[in-house]
Amino acid sequence: MAETANPKFLRPVLAPDVDPGHAITFAAPLMLDAGRELSPVTVAYMTYGTLNAQKSNAVLLCHALTGDQFAASQHPVTGKPGWWSTLVGPGKPIDTDRFFVICTNVLGGCMGTTGPAEIDPTTGEPFGLSFPVVTIKDMVRAQAMLIDALGIDQLLCVVGGSMGGMQVLQWAASYPERVIAAIPIATAANHSAQNIAFHEVGRQAIMADPDWKGGAYQLDDTQPSKGLAVARMAAHITYLSEAALQRKFGRNLQDRNAISFGFGPDFQIESYLHHQGMTFVDRFDANSYLYITRAMDYFDLAADYGGVLAEAFRGSKTRFCIVSFSSDWLFPPIENKHVAHALNAAAANVSFVEIATDRGHDAFLLEEPEMFATVRGFLNSVAANHGVK
Amino acid sequence: MTSTLRSDLAAIAEAIPPNARVLDIGCGDGALLEHLAATRNVDGRGLELSQQNVNACVARGLSVVQGDADTDLGDYPAQVFDVVILSQTIQATRSPKTVLAQLLRIGKLTAVSFPNFGHWRVRLSLLVNGRMPQTKTLGYSWHETPNIHLCTIADFVALTREAGGEVQSALALSEDGHTGPMQPYAWGPNLFAEGAIFFLKSKNAPTA
Repeated sequence: MAETANPKFLRPVLAPDVDPGHAITFAAPLMLDAGRELSPVTVAYMTYGTLNAQKSNAVLLCHALTGDQFAASQHPVTGKPGWWSTLVGPGKPIDTDRFFVICTNVLGGCMGTTGPAEIDPTTGEPFGLSFPVVTIKDMVRAQAMLIDALGIDQLLCVVGGSMGGMQVLQWAASYPERVIAAIPIATAANHSAQNIAFHEVGRQAIMADPDWKGGAYQLDDTQPSKGLAVARMAAHITYLSEAALQRKFGRNLQDRNAISFGFGPDFQIESYLHHQGMTFVDRFDANSYLYITRAMDYFDLAADYGGVLAEAFRGSKTRFCIVSFSSDWLFPPIENKHVAHALNAAAANVSFVEIATDRGHDAFLLEEPEMFATVRGFLNSVAANHGVK
Repeated sequence: MTSTLRSDLAAIAEAIPPNARVLDIGCGDGALLEHLAATRNVDGRGLELSQQNVNACVARGLSVVQGDADTDLGDYPAQVFDVVILSQTIQATRSPKTVLAQLLRIGKLTAVSFPNFGHWRVRLSLLVNGRMPQTKTLGYSWHETPNIHLCTIADFVALTREAGGEVQSALALSEDGHTGPMQPYAWGPNLFAEGAIFFLKSKNAPTA
């Protein structure tokens, strides 16, 4: 199903021999928040489990900034298990023996869904910076097109963490009648000044790399690996917590007994961040990173509803379960709780849990027994109420 | 299931109509919400201070938010719940009058249960021992009790009036878990009931 890449312009991540899973290309234009139309639009996705005859057991997973559609299966580029394979699978909290799980690559992504690394059919060259700036709402619109194409009217649940949680909230606001239940995890109804600031550091690192070439690096078959690696290193710090860094690394030295009085990686934490940066550039496109971070920065759900977040959920029959983590300083519990308060104000059905952990924002991707119990219990209850066995 | 329910909760459950939308404030481990969902098909929500309790409730499929009755009730719109329940919690709030006014605003019917500090044994204990009473239901010493605003039945009746509510009915709770109807304004229950359940409505609420 993968479209053939123009061999003249290699995509940084998706080499022609990488299978992005399923993909559907829509000829009808997608109207974007930026006021531009995009067409055609390809949505790459993976599914796990089987859609039942009533089409009532569909669960949509929304991935985070650097995630992709390979939530519960081996990543075709890195060979690593899917980013949520601990949570999603047969017998797991999101049980693929019971639920039909769908995960799409977001609009602007680099794993097969239309994004800046793909060829612009009007020019025959990669979009690069001519790709329109997309929003979380645009990503959700593209997902809704796919859900329509799969013939699914209602999603039993929409689940996602971080930017995935933003999409969950947007789904619930944009398509309340299509979302029976929603699990926004470690997220917020808008991106804070601090989070925008960190994203801007990352973008500036990419754009300062001479190999970025104004975004047109594919034409020269290069990519701004150094800048993208620095962006990832800076961002990765925000996904952890001071306590976890101290516990895992402290001031331990890397492969040496004493400090070197130089600028090599003396400390384990430095070596760890270098590794995070280096491995990231093999699986992610720098321009995609610019576009997707921008989409998160622009997210402000209340803005569409006169600044009153509760209005986004007025009359909603969706059941919400908001999950936050005590040591998450990127999307702290209080921001998650603001969403819960807004849902209360809209008289919506909402649960809110805060999981005690020192693992920071990334906890949503890790083995967190209390989160697993929460998701399992909530989904079981939702499924029982809707006659899904 | 009723047999496992605390007696005041069982009595409150009896008063809740089927399919009602219910908010249980200080819902603890969610026993009442679970019972109401199973037996009366209510649309139940909980507000609970303890994060551990909240996580356990949600894992059991209940809709519960971590929060504080003193600060978080202002979020809810007026008259949005058929019944709002505050069981054995009002005495632990910082501002019982504000909390009660919020309950009356949010709920068409408000159910409040609390231990009666006017019970004769409490009165006698203070009289005879000269020290702050400790009873079976109020087993804390004065310096470590979470019950910072204990009241008698007469006090509660007065507070209801001040908070803009009126008493619909009341039940006396006895030591052995029995409940029975009582005259909220009489002196007898205030002396002999170990606890009470009040059903209240707002005086300002539009009639249904």
